[in-house]
Amino acid sequence: MTRVQLVHLAHTRSGDKGDTENIGVIVYEEDHYELLREQLTVVAVKAHFGSMVSGDVERYELPNLGALNFLLHGALGGGGTTSLMNDAQGKVFSTALLRMEIEVSEDVAAAVAGKGRVPERWTPGGADPESEGRA
Amino acid sequence: MNDERVVRVAGGQGFWGDDLEAPVRQVEGGPIDYLMLDYLAEVTMSIMQKQRARDPEAGFARDFVPLMERIFPTCIDAGVRVVTNAGGVNPEGCAAALVEAGRRAGVGGRAKVGLVTGDDLMGRLDELLERGHALANMETGEPLATIRDRVQSANAYIGAVPIVEALDKGADVVVTGRSTDTALTYGPLIHEFGWSYDDHDRIAAGVVAGHINECGAQCTGGNCLIDWWEIPDMAVVGFPIVEVSPDGTFVVTKHDGSGGRVSRASVAEQIVYEMGDPTTYITPDVIADFTTIHLDDQGGNRVRVHGVKGSARTDFLKVSIAYASGWKATGTLTYVWPDAAAKARAADRILRERLDRLGLSFDEIRTELVGWDSTHGPLVGEPPADLPEVQLRVGVRSDDRAAVERFTREIAPLILTGPPSVTGFAGGRPRVQEIMAYWPALIRREAVEAHLQVEVRDV
Repeated sequence: MTRVQLVHLAHTRSGDKGDTENIGVIVYEEDHYELLREQLTVVAVKAHFGSMVSGDVERYELPNLGALNFLLHGALGGGGTTSLMNDAQGKVFSTALLRMEIEVSEDVAAAVAGKGRVPERWTPGGADPESEGRA
Repeated sequence: MNDERVVRVAGGQGFWGDDLEAPVRQVEGGPIDYLMLDYLAEVTMSIMQKQRARDPEAGFARDFVPLMERIFPTCIDAGVRVVTNAGGVNPEGCAAALVEAGRRAGVGGRAKVGLVTGDDLMGRLDELLERGHALANMETGEPLATIRDRVQSANAYIGAVPIVEALDKGADVVVTGRSTDTALTYGPLIHEFGWSYDDHDRIAAGVVAGHINECGAQCTGGNCLIDWWEIPDMAVVGFPIVEVSPDGTFVVTKHDGSGGRVSRASVAEQIVYEMGDPTTYITPDVIADFTTIHLDDQGGNRVRVHGVKGSARTDFLKVSIAYASGWKATGTLTYVWPDAAAKARAADRILRERLDRLGLSFDEIRTELVGWDSTHGPLVGEPPADLPEVQLRVGVRSDDRAAVERFTREIAPLILTGPPSVTGFAGGRPRVQEIMAYWPALIRREAVEAHLQVEVRDV
């Protein structure tokens, strides 16, 4: 077994409701849903965020979308209009979860390597012609 | 009714400030039946309230008026009807401006504007409290009485009923205040298909269509994490269109030739946006179960959505209340290599000591290093000594306006009286902002519904 960052296994989107942050986590591959269901527990996610989340963490499952939805209470410094945070509405909060390390087999680690990250030598003007590119 | 037909509802704005060209592209880029424009968010209502406090004719999404002046003739000629919550905290003012814009655009005598009012509870607040509606904070349980004298706006989230009524009465454009974002999409579907409000599955399907539609391009490739670097032609990104069948199944797509991408992943990301308990997505008209949604990626920027289940609505409507809750300001300065982060932190320490010596007290002082820890916080650890540059960002909040005002004058002095290698102050002194805090509450629905009014005016 080895560890990879969540960014290689799932994509996320966050939103806010008052001082509560929501993070939807969607697996890239259906096969990895169970893996995340086992490891992205309420306890593990709360521990990951540490002092960034003052309240409870709740988790909901959406197997139909290969998704987990987390509610992080007390994560936004009082919420949208009150908060002094740069990310007052928690628009990018979910990317912080993508740093979390997930235990996977060597096979899975090899299969997902590079997934979720911009290919090397990519430029906004289009792919570098010398680059091999990656699907 | 021809059961083969689909109704196309296009999303044209995902918030107040969204791409001004998007609604034009939606109307001109191919066939649609409805254009829905969502302008409101929790934050938006309090901003509009501040504007109305300064100018009684303001308080709605001003951009909507010139937009309609531009697209009104095309909408009337093509039979595209517009449904919007652009009315904000002043739907009457919005409708009046819209009628004038329609006349200027040359649709006088051949267009009707529907106006929905009654969501605004501000003028009835004391009467409601006296009658026993506590309007307690949904998160803390505190009764509204504790902040009653500071309330700036109070609006109930209303559903599809008045929108459907306005469409039934022939409105070409329906302007509402705090309608739910989703009702702007499923209202037209109820009008078109004659769905019964007891048909919970179909109404819930309409809610899901509305939730996907309500944030503009956020479901068609915008702000999409999956393979974002491969999503084509974002400069002319296609906004969403839901093609809904009478049975409530629908396809999420966009106009041919537009940029962006509609895929299972792009739609799934939008579905989980701002989600609470997915089994219980509460709206004024139905409770939708998002765990029943099935997505089939059909390729070619088409995702079919089916299987949605719903259950009966609750006896309550949600109320969005904004109340004055002190003042805040945020100051920034840029510190540069070598030892950029160390300089920024030293400056923060000096600033805090000066604020302390001035005897100023704040409810919170927050320091972030933009370019290092402002979004991922302690997860990123200590900044490297070779960080090329970092922006010091210090925010304060207080009930004492004078304290916040004085704070805004303590940033610039750091340039000559603090650590070296500092720049990025060309924007001038920070602005003091009044905080409009958000107070979510519930109210028994009949207390609002009896007061909803629908008026249809000729342009």
